[in-house]
Amino acid sequence: MFDVQSVAHQGPQSRQFNPYTENGGTILAIAGADFSVIAGDTRQSEGYSIQTRYAPKVFQLTDKAVLAVNGFSADGKMFVKKVKQRLEWYRHAHAKDMPIRSIARLIQTMLYSRRFFPYYVYNILGGIEDDGTGSVYSFDPVGSYEREACRAAGAAQSLVQPFLDNQVYYKNQTAGQDESFPTHLPLPSVLKLVVDAFTSATERHIEVGDGLEIYVVLKRDSTAIQSMEGVQEVTTSEEGQRVFYIRRELKKD
Amino acid sequence: MNTLAEQFSTTSALSKLKKTQALLEDEEMSDAMWGSQAGFGNVAQGSPSFAVPAVPDPSAFLRLHTDDRADPNCKIKIQHGTTTLAFRYQGGVIVAVDSRATAGSYVASGTVKKVIEINPYLLGTMAGGAADCQYWETYLGMHCRLHELRNRERISVSAASKYLSNLVYSYKGMGLSMGTMICGWDKTGPAIFYVDSDGTRLKGDLFSVGSGSTFAYGVLDQGYHWDMTDEDAQELGRRSIYAAGHRDAFSGNTCNLYHVKEDGWRFIGNYDLSKLHYDGPNNVPGAGYGYDIRIAGRASALQPAVAAAA
Repeated sequence: MFDVQSVAHQGPQSRQFNPYTENGGTILAIAGADFSVIAGDTRQSEGYSIQTRYAPKVFQLTDKAVLAVNGFSADGKMFVKKVKQRLEWYRHAHAKDMPIRSIARLIQTMLYSRRFFPYYVYNILGGIEDDGTGSVYSFDPVGSYEREACRAAGAAQSLVQPFLDNQVYYKNQTAGQDESFPTHLPLPSVLKLVVDAFTSATERHIEVGDGLEIYVVLKRDSTAIQSMEGVQEVTTSEEGQRVFYIRRELKKD
Repeated sequence: MNTLAEQFSTTSALSKLKKTQALLEDEEMSDAMWGSQAGFGNVAQGSPSFAVPAVPDPSAFLRLHTDDRADPNCKIKIQHGTTTLAFRYQGGVIVAVDSRATAGSYVASGTVKKVIEINPYLLGTMAGGAADCQYWETYLGMHCRLHELRNRERISVSAASKYLSNLVYSYKGMGLSMGTMICGWDKTGPAIFYVDSDGTRLKGDLFSVGSGSTFAYGVLDQGYHWDMTDEDAQELGRRSIYAAGHRDAFSGNTCNLYHVKEDGWRFIGNYDLSKLHYDGPNNVPGAGYGYDIRIAGRASALQPAVAAAA
């Protein structure tokens, strides 16, 4: 029986509206001279339990833009859905895909429109600019953004970003005599860095693992991808740039 | 009674937001979203609308989930921390900022652009919430352009800063966080206005804003003079940001320097603060600002010979 008496004797109760949870995982993106690599692991967890070993965090928006989302997966899913909808409307109005710098600004205004009820989502946008250069844009949950050459976000951000700083920006490294560091890394080296970053993060972070999804956005006339195993082309049209998908397994314990 | 009054008061930011939200729910989506204007739509139709959680106190909700100073474990970490400065002198306006963004104690970025180029004659600086500054100063830029088209002359620094100040004041108490300096050159000459999210708007010759502002003021005040040369003024801006980066943990990485003159602003350069420490602005080894160089072999620095003997 429901005890009415005891409820009445309890002290004041307070409740909080808590619509957020943290679903772990990590995403990262690196820009090259004429390509951009966007990757994310596929584990989704809440607390110490794994909800699924395959929940995609990286999404192809157009033939020149790929968006990775991390944080609260429900917010992330909804956000990607809304971005895709706006990009479709843009295609209907202008008969072309939105340039990536405009997608970046669109994402800023969409995130900021929830300034007082934020999406708990960290976004990284990668792709090819109109001038053919590879680019990466990173966002905070309320829309401040910046164009960068590489960025990691999510649970293992603090493990992966210092590694990238050292290997991509050559931070705290000194060039030998008559030597200099390259300004842009070639695609095979970038892919190696991405896989290494995720295998290492899987070793040291409990919320990272299971699977790795990598998208490569490549300038159409580039020859960087030709003979690589397990690379699948997912380009949707003859115009624009080319998009490739790579899947790797990560440890599942 | 209070809610009734609030419902009909036009100054309450909350009721304004709730009204726009109600409008939005009626129409589902605004027409502007279909166009290419990234959601800003036609700016002449008023400021954009915001989603608000359906709770009695939305700003308490926002604070609960985003204020990392009150609760370091809160989930949504908004980027913070800064040193920015601007001063007026005989040769125009110098604007200097650092480039570090922190989320809690994590250095989220070391390459932030904290000077927002509103238009060729106006600069805004970024302190407080990165998104708040970026978004509203971009929005201000659109209105400055509309002012030019409507009035066939450039907007004054005073009018632009007042526009921003009135705008953020209408959201007072909702949790916006920005401390900015609107700098530029208009009919009246060089001008700086300090505008913050509390609604403060001050005209002045010299300001520094952010967690490292006290350190910057220390250097700035003792080196400042109206009749400085351009080179000396730029050096003072750089040196002040260096000092703040050196002593304030939430500031650092690099310094971005801008100079505003009669023909608009000019980007002077980006300086690595560690390089300034050892090699100075001209990259001469040993010519750095660093204290260790000035005290080498003296004061409390332990001599290698003494250390070996001990």
